[in-house]
Amino acid sequence: MTRKNNYLYTLMAVAALAVVVAWAQTGLFGLLSPWDAYTVRIMNLCAINIGLGLALNLVNGFTGQFSLGHAGFMAIGAYTVALLAMSPAVKQMNFFMVPLIAPFDKIQISFWAGILWGGLLSAFFGFLIGAPVLRLRGDYLAIATLGFAEIIRVVIINVKGLTNGALGLKGIPVYTNLWWTTAYAGLTVLLMVRLIKSSYGRALKAIREDEIAAQAMGIDVFYHKMLAFVLAAFIAGVGGGLQASLIGSIDPAMYKLPLTFQILLMVVLGGMGSITGTVIAATIVTALMEILRFVESPLTLGAIHLPGIPGMRMVVFSLLLIVVTLFYSHGLMGDKEFSWDLLFSRRTKQGVTQ
Amino acid sequence: MLEIKDLHVHYGGIHALKGISLTVPEGKIVTLIGANGAGKSTTLRAICGLVKPTSGSIVFCGENLVGEKTTTIIKKGITMVPEGRRVFPDLTVHENLILGAYARQDHQAIEEDIKQVNTLFPRLLERRDQLAGTLSGGEQQMLAVGRALMSRPRLLMMDEPSLGLAPVLVQDIFQIIRRINNDGMTILLIEQNAKAALELADYGYVLETGSVALAGTGKDLLADDRVRKVYLGES
Repeated sequence: MTRKNNYLYTLMAVAALAVVVAWAQTGLFGLLSPWDAYTVRIMNLCAINIGLGLALNLVNGFTGQFSLGHAGFMAIGAYTVALLAMSPAVKQMNFFMVPLIAPFDKIQISFWAGILWGGLLSAFFGFLIGAPVLRLRGDYLAIATLGFAEIIRVVIINVKGLTNGALGLKGIPVYTNLWWTTAYAGLTVLLMVRLIKSSYGRALKAIREDEIAAQAMGIDVFYHKMLAFVLAAFIAGVGGGLQASLIGSIDPAMYKLPLTFQILLMVVLGGMGSITGTVIAATIVTALMEILRFVESPLTLGAIHLPGIPGMRMVVFSLLLIVVTLFYSHGLMGDKEFSWDLLFSRRTKQGVTQ
Repeated sequence: MLEIKDLHVHYGGIHALKGISLTVPEGKIVTLIGANGAGKSTTLRAICGLVKPTSGSIVFCGENLVGEKTTTIIKKGITMVPEGRRVFPDLTVHENLILGAYARQDHQAIEEDIKQVNTLFPRLLERRDQLAGTLSGGEQQMLAVGRALMSRPRLLMMDEPSLGLAPVLVQDIFQIIRRINNDGMTILLIEQNAKAALELADYGYVLETGSVALAGTGKDLLADDRVRKVYLGES
């Protein structure tokens, strides 16, 4: 298997993906999309979750720093995009309790610029929070980042003039489509692959393995942790913004710990430190979130009538997590990655024996 | 090459180093021996910038090291083989070696140095793509030494390279140290295995509770009555 072939396969895969996206989003050559709006929406969520999962995997899996602040960064991205992309008229309708402070009540910028600002602001907060908390390790880091996410949420509830408080924001223009989300997921995958294969990636893994030894190799441990953390915050902010524009309304209650846990579930199921694992697990978990809705609806089995229990889906996921950690203790993929060589390995081996 | 003068280190309220002075001349093997808690590892950690000395000076090739960051110190040409090997267990042998050259920018020379390390330790070439955590203790120690050599140090510091190894392997490791030294490397060696270390070293320091109790050539120390009684177990 030559490197040139691998590039060719990758290009072909990207082209095939683009055709599928075009077909699903707008129809192709007069053929209507084979999927209904509901399915396309789930595909969108899958793509967003792939990006969010990879961002969390960068910090938790590759760098080995257990962070639980993901929901906070997503909230920052979501609110930034909402405030920048909504029209002044919609804003006025939203802020009927406390008026929106200037200059946000007048401005409206394009969606992509809003997304970029969402990512940058999230990265900036990542930088601010990272400076003190990345000196902590293990459980303490988890608690500190969790606290940060809660602070963001509480601030959002209370700064009514900017965020509309607990009422949330409705009528966010829906710009997010499969092109946006697939590009987001694709670019994140590309960035992660390039990063992990570079000397930065090796340094991050060295920090995960043994911080003291990494330091003794001359790796600036704090700088690299910061790099991973800020980059993850940027990706999470962009993802949060895309998600807000997909759903159309946001409120502070969305950005509680369960949101972080949902992304963490994907990372752990897929394998801490595997890009492939996160992509697979994010797709499966997002799809299961919808497929498993029936377990929450009322159920009649012959004479037994079970009322619907909200939250049953999470029980299923908890069981899944237990099973996976018992039998695949490093997640579905461990720290292995997909490669064309692996896919065609049987053929190559035969070639060698001949 | 390395000059330490009146070095004091405190860990919280504990006075770990109480004014240590020592010299490592270029091209020589210098060893620090002493019991647990004598301050051997602390001395190494202070040189590397992993702990901040309270007072005293550390001068390497005319440059002051006190207060410098570890990254800077490593770029000046000092590398440590940490105690207990500390290879990166979930990375391959090859990745471990490349990480050793992290502070360097000359990529072509890195490839050549990997070849050189592989000739020094043919075992590592055999195990190139194996995860370092699956190597045996002796192989891990070879990898730790190889990884340290990858940074092309001028001074190689080793913290108890014989720790936890079978006696046969300990001999191997000491032979390797001798070989690296013959190639011109300056070595600062910390050992609990006092006899082997003193036989190997050009110069030795005996540390006791944070200060230098005795100093002399390896041979002199081996012949010294106090050293024989306390560290070599002779009556």
